[in-house]
Amino acid sequence: MSDSVSQESEAEQSQTIVMPELPEGRLLDTVVAPAEVLSSPCGDADPTDPEVIQLAADLIASMRVAPGCVGLAANQVGVPLRVFSLDVSEHPKTRTCHGEFVLVNAEILEATRNQKAREGCMSVPDFTGDVKRATRLVVRGQLPVTGEWVEFRTDAFEAVALQHEIDHTNGFLFLDRAAGAHAIHPRQTYL
Amino acid sequence: MSSFAITVVGHDKPGIIAAVTKALAEHGGNVEDSTMTLLRGHFAWTLLVSVEADQTEIEESVAPFASDDLSVTVLPMPEAGHDDLGAHASYWVNVHGADRPGIVATLTGALADQGGNITNLSTRLVNDMYVLGIDIDLPQSVDADAVAATLTSLASDLGVSLSMNAADEDVL
Ligand SMILES: [Zn+2]
Repeated sequence: MSDSVSQESEAEQSQTIVMPELPEGRLLDTVVAPAEVLSSPCGDADPTDPEVIQLAADLIASMRVAPGCVGLAANQVGVPLRVFSLDVSEHPKTRTCHGEFVLVNAEILEATRNQKAREGCMSVPDFTGDVKRATRLVVRGQLPVTGEWVEFRTDAFEAVALQHEIDHTNGFLFLDRAAGAHAIHPRQTYL
Repeated sequence: MSSFAITVVGHDKPGIIAAVTKALAEHGGNVEDSTMTLLRGHFAWTLLVSVEADQTEIEESVAPFASDDLSVTVLPMPEAGHDDLGAHASYWVNVHGADRPGIVATLTGALADQGGNITNLSTRLVNDMYVLGIDIDLPQSVDADAVAATLTSLASDLGVSLSMNAADEDVL
């Protein structure tokens, strides 16, 4: 193996968040807006609580089976706690990628370089919206099971997705972030 | 329940929307989709209202707001808004350049020839600078690259810049 290849794989490894082992996840139904649970700030969660650990596993399992789904917040499955799962590894706009993970009590520490893009959400199936999001981000949050705090820097699509999910945990939808009166569009269904 | 399209167009002043929606609400009218903007400073509003009332009642309820410089019309609407386009892909077309007659007619004509359906359109003229935005649905059977090439060539003849991009949305 050449030096450059081993350096590259080391860099990739250091980026991926190593998740503690989780129990088997269950598939949960998605809550669709309008719903109070989507529009209220969620409470802090204890990442070592067995129920929160099971929730983390359920979010990952439910995210995996939904086509194109890159993230799922606990209140999207009806649980008002600050927990979400994320995995943007398959998305074409991803640059930096931390793999598949769950963060508890996550918050944004730094957000810069706004860009506008059109977003949709599994909990808002009939609309899309033009939203400005930072494309450089520093976030921190706790891992389930151990409660270890992790802090990392990311960019591009992972940064956008993290802001979308952290917004969910704070009771905001992309509809709350729309860039102007004409920034919300019906999602074309052509019944 | 009946559905009406109401248009209100004319001299802009504060309070038009508040007054009209208040009158409609008093008749049990529900404002569904609507869009309002200023076109070179003129007020331009189109709204769909569903209501348990006939056209005469709705016309009477909004008539007081019409004046010499503000036109108000009421049209009954059928249930279905549009024909079924079938499988399609969505694109954004952005055009800008020096104003001249025929830009919109030429470009939208080419899109119509391909079976394209415009879902949003906005044109703005400020001084001599003309900006046109078109959201278009093309049938899946149409070669979008060929459409883009045709549009680009037409735009070049018109002396304006054109770009066409796949409307791209990320479900998070
Ligand atoms: Zn969402």
